[in-house]
Formats: sequence, structure tokens, C-alpha cells
Amino acid sequence: MKQSLLRRFIQAVIVLLGVALMIFIMLRVVPGNPVATMMGEHADIDTIQRMTAELGLDQPIHVQFARYVLDALRGDFGTSYSMGKPVSQLMAAAFGNTLALAVAAALFAWVVGIACGIVAAVRKNGLLDHLFMGFSLLGVSMPVFMVAMLLQYVFAYHLHWLPISGVDSWKGYILPAIALGWNSAGSVARLVRSTLLDVLQQDYIDTARAKGRGQPGILVLHALRNAMLPVMTMMAMQLSSLLSGAVITETVFSINGIGRLAVQAISGRDIPLLQGTALFTTLVVVLGNLLADSLYAVLDPRIRREA
Amino acid sequence: MEPMTLRAVGLCAGIPTQKGEIRAVNDVSIDVPAGSIVGIVGESGCGKSMTARAIMGLMRSPARMTGGEIWLNGRDIARLPERQRRALRGSEMSMIFQEPMTSLNPVMKVGRQVAEAVRLHANVSRQEADRRAVEMFEAVGISDAASRARCYPHQLSGGLRQRVMIAMAMVCRPKLLIADEPTTALDVTVEAQILRLMRNLCDAGTSILLISHNLGVIAQLCDYVYVMYAGRIVEQAGVIKLFDHPAHPYTRGLLNAVSSLRRGGERLDTINGVVPNLLRLPEGCSFSLRCDACEARCAQEMPELREIAPGHKARCHLAEREAWS
Ligand SMILES: Nc1ncnc2c1ncn2[C@@H]1O[C@H](COP(=O)(O)OP(=O)(O)OP(=O)(O)O)[C@@H](O)[C@H]1O
Ligand SMILES: [Mg+2]
Repeated sequence: MKQSLLRRFIQAVIVLLGVALMIFIMLRVVPGNPVATMMGEHADIDTIQRMTAELGLDQPIHVQFARYVLDALRGDFGTSYSMGKPVSQLMAAAFGNTLALAVAAALFAWVVGIACGIVAAVRKNGLLDHLFMGFSLLGVSMPVFMVAMLLQYVFAYHLHWLPISGVDSWKGYILPAIALGWNSAGSVARLVRSTLLDVLQQDYIDTARAKGRGQPGILVLHALRNAMLPVMTMMAMQLSSLLSGAVITETVFSINGIGRLAVQAISGRDIPLLQGTALFTTLVVVLGNLLADSLYAVLDPRIRREA
Repeated sequence: MEPMTLRAVGLCAGIPTQKGEIRAVNDVSIDVPAGSIVGIVGESGCGKSMTARAIMGLMRSPARMTGGEIWLNGRDIARLPERQRRALRGSEMSMIFQEPMTSLNPVMKVGRQVAEAVRLHANVSRQEADRRAVEMFEAVGISDAASRARCYPHQLSGGLRQRVMIAMAMVCRPKLLIADEPTTALDVTVEAQILRLMRNLCDAGTSILLISHNLGVIAQLCDYVYVMYAGRIVEQAGVIKLFDHPAHPYTRGLLNAVSSLRRGGERLDTINGVVPNLLRLPEGCSFSLRCDACEARCAQEMPELREIAPGHKARCHLAEREAWS
């Protein structure tokens, strides 16, 4: 088990390096001179060349990459062209908002998703089943910006219950969390329902009934424990995708998070900032996968031993 | 009359479908006297498991019990409310299943799963329940019981898992154990061990209803046998009587198939035809289509389960009353 986790960890590092290299190369082959963009239309050739040399952009690409990686290991991701501040500082400030939003969205998605999934499975083909599955289908199929704007219209503009944008108080997180989490809630509800229905057909459920367990005990002690294995994996993946920055939700609700930072980086041709946010997203996804794998190993005794 | 642990009378169970009800269990009556092993034998799909589940009250929807009485230790339990019925499961009647590989919860330690049965029926501490589970593991012949109790199911062999299942079923000392093909998934040496264990349980006072399609297992273990065909009992007799004087052509067919195997003859004797569709049973005897001795009335009139000798009944128009009875 320790060994396999170590192996996964090394794999994760390799993936991270590979992605970093790819981002690095891609950002340098796209047309357009970033220095020229940064300096504005009126900069003369000399200044641009001096600037390019100062930023090390005239070096061969492998030298640039090596320097970038070494700096990154020390926590230095360069200085944002467009905002003139260290990328690490900008990202740290944005990460707080992204984290708060991700946690709120995950909380909403999982509590609602798991609860609805269980009820739908227990009341299979009943009214609540159809209702919840309808909602989850909506969540899975409606684009986030549409959900976000609908929520804004109904709860902020029309009913005045919640702020329309910004996160000055915790109330500001409610609508973005629902908009961002609805999709995940829908997937979780569907997965919980289908795995639970599958688990309830297993032989060991009959065994539990044969020893005199009632329906609630069977559900909680025998069925859920088994049904949660795949659900946990899905939840770990969702957490990483929520954490890696919700571009649309953050934009619609004016939340200064990683997603919004990435949008600003793209529109400003801000290579260090874009590199930083992309690398961050990769890191979060890789960590999420690592978490999913190790969760499975911790929860499922069959894997725990084999590994 | 000897006391009966189980007396099922006129059990009916079926599965409603669009094309009508599948009558998987049809007017089945079974007695299990205290301290004996009673067998049900029949080919796949004849309704053995459904009968067992009906007795346990473990029907899987949409299958349901549609009639009959179930007397357990002198009390009709068929119409008890589910709560009271549940209290009997695991304490007065238990069941073990065919597939030891999938019948245990994969994410729970096996000792815990046995202890769970204890705590459901006795008001004891967790430690006491664990202790009783280990004790039971020893009783069913699991060596190194304390450490095996801390294993997960996948760490145990099929034979050990079936022993765990038996320990779980027996830990509250039920009067009745229903074993649905307990050794079908096991290899022969392990099968022999499990059968010996069941014999020991019976000698210690548990009545056992043993379901099998293996006549060898039935012959080894049972005192009395019911033969099932297409949802009905077609013959019942003491085990020696059944093997020496089978009265129903179906039983004779089953026995011939086994003995031709044993003789190692050129050709395997088989019963012609296939099991009839339970939705479209023939008007008369269910076996008439496959029966060599079929006569005109067999195709028209369903024979009664008639007593042809003391303790020996057969559902066949042609079964002779035995001369010496
Ligand atoms: N869910 C179901 N839907 C339709 N038919 C079913 C269902 N469950 C059982 N049956 C039918 O009910 C009949 C009795 O099944 P049962 O499981 O009791 O057979 P069995 O004698 O135990 O067979 P086996 O030796 O294969 O275990 C079979 O003919 C089967 O096809
Ligand atoms: Mg069966």
C-alpha cells in the first residue's frame, strides 16, 4: 500500500512536470510578442529588445524552462506582466476566494446529492425518485452560466433574498455555490442511486436480512458503505475540478478567484500569470486523482491488502 | 406425533408478470421434524430457493408469497407483521446461501458480521458479541478463530467463508437452519467437511432443511426427502425408501441419471425434454410431456399427492400402492 502510494506520487510529479513543459512550450509558440503587448503600442524596438533580454525571453527554450522550474520550486512563478505583482502573491490572494467557493459548492453538492440519491433509490420509481432525477438531469445538462443567471434573476433581482454578486458576507456564496455545485449534485445523486440499487441486489444484503436486520440498518450499515466506494472517487474528482477555479461562476458573480485570474491573464497576454494558473489547475487535478486513489485504498479492504 | 420444528402447509408463491403470474411455488407442504435433516431436491428452476425464501420471509420483490401457512415451533408466522417476523430471523430460523463468495459483506470484518447477528438478538456488549462470534468460529471448525475473525471476506477461502456463514446462522442457536445449496460452489473435499459440520449441528439439536440438486448430498445427509418439479412436490419419502422404491417417474429419472454416471456407462441416462414454462404448464400432470409412461388421463388431470405407503407420497396416477404396506 505504501509502495503503491509512493508510485502514484512519483507518477503525479512526472505528470506535473510534463504538463508544465507543455504549457510552457504552447505559450511560446502562439503568435504575438508578449513584451510588445505588455509595453503598449508606442514602445520602440530598442526598449522591447531590452525588456525581452531582461525577462530572459531571448534565451533558448530549454534554458528558460529549467530556470522556470527552479524558480517555481522556490515558490517564485515570476512577475505578472499586466499587474506588476508576483504571480504567487496574486494567486494566493485569489485562492482564498476559490477555496471558499469550492467548499461551499462541494458541501451543497454532496449533502443534496447523496440525500436525494438515497431517497430516490429507496423510493425507486416513486414520485420523489422522478422529481429528484428530473432535477439532477437539469443540473447535469444546463450550462452553468444559465443556472447562474437564473438564480440571480429569481433570488437576487426578483426576491431580493440574496446579493446578486460579490462575496462581502457568507450570503454572497450561496447562489454561486448552488450554480457551481448543481451539476456535481446531479452526478452524485445519479451515481448514489444507481450504485445503491445495484448494491441492494447483492447477496450479502440477503444475508443481512436473514440475520434479522431491518431495512434502515441494512441501508446504513451494509448498503451505503459499499455504495459509497465509487461515489467517494467521484467526489474527490469533483473537489479538484471545483478547486481548480470556476471560470464562469467566478465571472458571473464577480468573485476574485483563480478562474477569474486566468481569464484576466488570457486577455492581457500575461504569460507568467497564465502559466501560474494553468500549473495550479494541473496540480489540483493531479492531487485530486491521488486523493481519489488513496481514498479507495483506505475504504476498500480488498484494495488495501492487494497493494 | 413427534414435535415439528417447521410445518409449511400449502405454500404458494409467484411472480406477477405482464403475461400472468409465474407460479414458482405451488401448494407446497413441508414438515421438518425436530432434530432431523429434511431435503428438497429438484432440477434448476423448480422453485427450491423460492420455497426457502418464502419460509424465511425473504422474498425478493416482485416475487411474493400468495398463500399458505408456516408453522414454526407451533406458531403460524406467515401472517405476522414484518417487525415480529424479522425478530425470528437469525434467532429462531436462519438461512445460508449457495454463494459463499458473495454472501458476505466485502467491507466488513467477518467476525463483526457474526457479532452483528448476536447483537441484533441479544442485549450484550460489543466485546461479548465479538467473544461469542469467535467461540462460534471455533465451534464450526475454523482454526485460529480469533485472528480469522479479524479478516475481511476476500482473505478467506470459499470453504472458510461458508463456515463463517454457518457460524453466523448458528450463533443465536436457532431451531431451524435452512441451507440453500450450501456446498454447490465448493470443491468435493470441502463439501464433505461442510456436510459433516451440518450433521454435527443436527446432532446438537438443530433441525435442517437442506436444499440441493445433488442426490449424493441428499443421500448422505437427509432423513426425509421432498422431490420438487415445476413448483410442486411430486414425491416425498424417507431417504432409504425414496432411493430404493422411487414411485414417481421423475424421481426415477433423476436416480437413473446419477446411477448411469456412477456405472460409467457409454451413455448418460437423461430425462427427455426440458422443464416446462411455468406460465404455460400442461393441463394435467406437469411432468406428462417428458414422461415415458404418460397415459391419456395424465395429460388431462393433475394427479393428487397420494399416500402410497406410510410416509411415502407421490403425485402420479400410475404410482402403485405398495403391496407390502
Ligand atoms: N425475478 C424473477 N423473474 C422471473 N422469474 C423468476 C424470478 N426469480 C425466479 N424466477 C423463476 O422462478 C422459478 C423458481 O426459481 P428458484 O430460484 O426458486 O429455482 P431453484 O429451484 O432454486 O433453482 P436453482 O437450482 O437454479 O437455484 C424459476 O423458474 C425462475 O425462472
Ligand atoms: Mg436456487
